[in-house]
Amino acid sequence: MIQVENLVKAFGPKLAVNDVSFTVERGEVLGFLGPNGAGKSTTMRMVTGFIPPTSGTIRVAGYDVLENPLPAKRRIGYLPENAPGYGDMTVQGFLLFAAELRGLRGAARRSAVDRAVELCFLENVRYQVIDTLSKGYKHRTCLAQSLVHDPDVLVMDEPTDGLDPNQKHEVRNLIKRMGANKAIVFSTHILEEVEAACSRVIIIDRGRIVANGTPEELKARAPNAGAAWLRVKGVPAALLAGGLSGIANAANAEILRDEGGIVEIRVYPDKARPGGSLTGEVAELAAQQKWQLEELQTEEGRLDEVFRAITLPDTVKGH
Amino acid sequence: MNAWFNVKAIVKRELGGYFTSPIAYVFLIIFLLLTGFFTFTVGSFFERGEASLVSFFTWHPWLYLFLVPAVGMRLWSEERRLGTIELLLTMPVTTWEALVGKFLASWLFLALALALTFPVVITVNYLGNPDNGVIFTGYVGSLLLAGAYLAVTCMTSAMTRNQVISFILAVLICLFLILAGYEPVTGLLSRFASARVVDLVAAFSVMTHFEGFQRGVVDLRDILFFASLMGFALFTTGVILRSHRAG
Repeated sequence: MIQVENLVKAFGPKLAVNDVSFTVERGEVLGFLGPNGAGKSTTMRMVTGFIPPTSGTIRVAGYDVLENPLPAKRRIGYLPENAPGYGDMTVQGFLLFAAELRGLRGAARRSAVDRAVELCFLENVRYQVIDTLSKGYKHRTCLAQSLVHDPDVLVMDEPTDGLDPNQKHEVRNLIKRMGANKAIVFSTHILEEVEAACSRVIIIDRGRIVANGTPEELKARAPNAGAAWLRVKGVPAALLAGGLSGIANAANAEILRDEGGIVEIRVYPDKARPGGSLTGEVAELAAQQKWQLEELQTEEGRLDEVFRAITLPDTVKGH
Repeated sequence: MNAWFNVKAIVKRELGGYFTSPIAYVFLIIFLLLTGFFTFTVGSFFERGEASLVSFFTWHPWLYLFLVPAVGMRLWSEERRLGTIELLLTMPVTTWEALVGKFLASWLFLALALALTFPVVITVNYLGNPDNGVIFTGYVGSLLLAGAYLAVTCMTSAMTRNQVISFILAVLICLFLILAGYEPVTGLLSRFASARVVDLVAAFSVMTHFEGFQRGVVDLRDILFFASLMGFALFTTGVILRSHRAG
């Protein structure tokens, strides 16, 4: 549904977006991750046709956003950053206006607004003026605006920003539910959100895509992904470490804690030899050596570790 | 057809926006009070002893100088400040539809303000036998004048997020449009410039082109002047909006 090829956006000499390509199909939820200023919002603004790219092509539902913007825009629902809205209108009036510009008329328009109000839990504030709403309600009003015409493509810039934990949860569920039959792109810098709602993740840093895959694939890139973690009582740490690094699939063992006869140790897998259960082999070795295992588990990588490993902090110069 | 629906939707929203806040009512009251004050007190309507609305229309270029920018200053600057421009322009509407819709809404609002001055027409008809054709062309000219100022304000409001700056810029440009044809200024200019230069400068003035309407003369050139001024200002607005987005 969304095809982006070699997208470049220059603001003066600065490349905000540098050669970004990706596609999103129906049924996919793509999470856009990246540090602040990485080019997430700029990319979304180009996809929705708000700003023209310096070069590259964007197709939405088969229509070129630059050459044929109106049919493309008709199929997109867009939640801009900071969820703007016309403060002097009521929620109902604002949604009716959005529906009208989306080409809905008469009864279809009213039922579309009813549906959006219900979907975004706005019933309580329906006839209130937007300026008088709390941030969470304002945000959901703008979200409702993006859903009013039941679009095939949804582009959301930080959809859970400024919501309380319950509302965040609701919105995430909503995204996941809608993702079943729409193509959705949303940006965030909350990593748990990506795991909760996305079928695919793109990490963007300084205008470039630095990672693209499912959350599981990305997590596997963490240094400790697939590592075995164990706690043993009454065995000297050095002996343990020596024994464990001798396992064929293990790269090395790291002693995490050594206090009062309790040792915690992490065995990293040898990335050159994929496959094979490191944890199983550790358990076998422990049984052979009659080590007293208190706990043994396989570690999953964590997204924040991957994120930190592949995006550079702002304080780092150069690149 | 679709374009017209979009324009209509935007006009409705904008007009609604005026009337949900007290600004519209405050503006209407100030406008009516000032027109009354200028017509009857400054313009000495009664002392003139003629059955015409000359003392009413003469002041419009000056009244509008402040009131029209006040109506139009928020048109685009507010959209940019709040970020709603991003919503509006990612809807399936063209920039031109949005532009025309917003302009028309404000122009309609000004037309309403102007229409509410009807008691002055009744008064002059009650007191004497004015030429109502002249009064009608006066109203047409006044509406065109307001539209021209409004288009200029539209342009300045697209330039900045700050309403105050947009207001001041609009007043300055409109002041120039008045002064270029204002008699004291053309008189001063004619002392050291040839008559052709003076005429050329005066041709850019709304005063020169508004005058005919007050006398009941509808000159195609005057209509063209106002139409092209509006067209030019709105076109420039579109270009400014586009250049902001292009970054």
